[in-house]
Amino acid sequence: MYAQMIRTASTGVKPREEMTEEERRFQDRIDAGEKIEPKDWMPDDYRATLIRQIGQHAHSEVVGQLPEGNWITRAPTLERKAILLAKVQDEAGHGLYLYSAAETLGVSRDELIELLHQGRMKYSSIFNYPTLTWADIGAIGWLVDGAAIVNQVALQRTSYGPYSRAMIRICKEESFHARQGYSIMMKMAFGTPEQKRMAQDAVDRLWYPALMMFGPPDKDSVHTAQSMAWKIKVATNDELRQKFVNQTIPQMEYLGLKCPDPDLKWNDEKQGYDFTEPDWSEFFDVIRGNGPCNVDRMNDRVKAWEEGAWVREGLLAHARKKAAPAAAE
Amino acid sequence: MTREEALFQFLLRMGDNTLVLGQRVSEWCGHAPVLEEDIALANTALDLIGQTQMWLNLAGEVEGKGRDADKLAFLRDVWDFRNLLLVELPNGDFGRTMMRQFLFDAWQSVLLGRLTNSAEPRVAEIAEKAGKEVAYHVERSSGTVVGLGDGTEESHARMQAALDYLWPYVGEMFASDAVDEEMARAGIAPDPAGLREEYDALVGRVLGEATLSIPEGGFFHKGGKDGARHTEHLGHMLTEMQWLQRAYPGASW
Ligand SMILES: [Fe+2]
Ligand SMILES: [Fe+2]
Repeated sequence: MYAQMIRTASTGVKPREEMTEEERRFQDRIDAGEKIEPKDWMPDDYRATLIRQIGQHAHSEVVGQLPEGNWITRAPTLERKAILLAKVQDEAGHGLYLYSAAETLGVSRDELIELLHQGRMKYSSIFNYPTLTWADIGAIGWLVDGAAIVNQVALQRTSYGPYSRAMIRICKEESFHARQGYSIMMKMAFGTPEQKRMAQDAVDRLWYPALMMFGPPDKDSVHTAQSMAWKIKVATNDELRQKFVNQTIPQMEYLGLKCPDPDLKWNDEKQGYDFTEPDWSEFFDVIRGNGPCNVDRMNDRVKAWEEGAWVREGLLAHARKKAAPAAAE
Repeated sequence: MTREEALFQFLLRMGDNTLVLGQRVSEWCGHAPVLEEDIALANTALDLIGQTQMWLNLAGEVEGKGRDADKLAFLRDVWDFRNLLLVELPNGDFGRTMMRQFLFDAWQSVLLGRLTNSAEPRVAEIAEKAGKEVAYHVERSSGTVVGLGDGTEESHARMQAALDYLWPYVGEMFASDAVDEEMARAGIAPDPAGLREEYDALVGRVLGEATLSIPEGGFFHKGGKDGARHTEHLGHMLTEMQWLQRAYPGASW
């Protein structure tokens, strides 16, 4: 999702008989549905896995500003411009809460940003796809925020208290984003022939990348088991993907748009849609840095950070001057 | 010029200032020096676009030709824009963006304060609403100007350079013409020259605290608020901003 392919810091689930007394008590608390709080004891691997997951989630919110920012200056009406500005502002705010949640685990925002800029941490693959028409802004709200909601609603039950609370707060805003995105799609899908073409084109390009947001299929997800045992993850990639497809297809039908998957069909037995998996080799390419926008997105972020250095230093220097007692100067 | 025509021009000036500055500020999206500034810049742009909707919708109403805020924003060309030259200037670095914001916020806060007593109740109402947002804007932008002016050697130099570049665009705020005279006669808006003292006091205090010096000389550029001669920059901004409306006329978004 916004956190895909999080490598659990250990291999496989530790069997109970190999656990220390502390680890057993920790696992019992998780099994009893208790929340783990920053000051509580936790296994090093639990902490490391969470830092990776929350950090990647935070980075996704921040990098996610770029594809949408690409259309703020070209939004077609003042109302749409205002709504998009508000959305992007929300996403930056989500980045802030998530960095704060990560900081409770003993890693600073600046360290995480440093790791991102060095390419040692990732952000969601979806933000490496370009936004080419105004319909893409609708499709992102509807599909990307829609997929994020499916994942984040599940994560409200995650075992780490600060992460779970950040998810609860964020989900309220995400559902507003998804509704706004769908409202753009309705205007486009029921608009002029050109608008309709833009809407279909957006779905054609973004459908599979949206499915990739949930991460690789369960059979290839080696790190899921320990994360599930720790309730860092509360549903598998495939479960969440299925849920997303089930809720999205009727909305697509209402819009009169065609799903680019020719084999998509309702399966009465499983009470869900059968659908074609995304091209996972493309997914791994994007993760490795070969998506259409990886290089530009990172260059943008690094440039903004470097060009902002004098601002951060200036404000810090001023704050120090104000804090220092006059006598010490 | 009838009173209604002057009022229409005055409202365009108010709405075009917030529109053009809001558009400029929104160009920063995702590229600010820290995440808190990304949020603050988006918030400022959002407020400015909201104010634009109020001013330009009222302008359209006063004009009575069926144009609403969107038609005015997206379907006029450069010569019909009535914003100050200051707000159409390119963003430059973060320092210049914040200096421009401060120089504008200070003026807007003084002006809106007077407009709450406007003889035209619809103007007073917008001024009341916008005034609350602008009070916050000026607090923020002045804080940043002080922090960066009185920060490191580099930040000080950059803020002084920003002030030197922008100061010749401040004078246009206080130049009066026939529109202003008519608005003042009607008690709708104050004579711009009358705002100068309060503005200078506010700006002087903040820039002093920021350890920055106001450039000498009374020269100023003009041609924005009457549309006589905009900068080359505005046309590029409108090209981008108006593109969808121009390329797909009549579509509803
Ligand atoms: Fe978000
Ligand atoms: Fe969102």
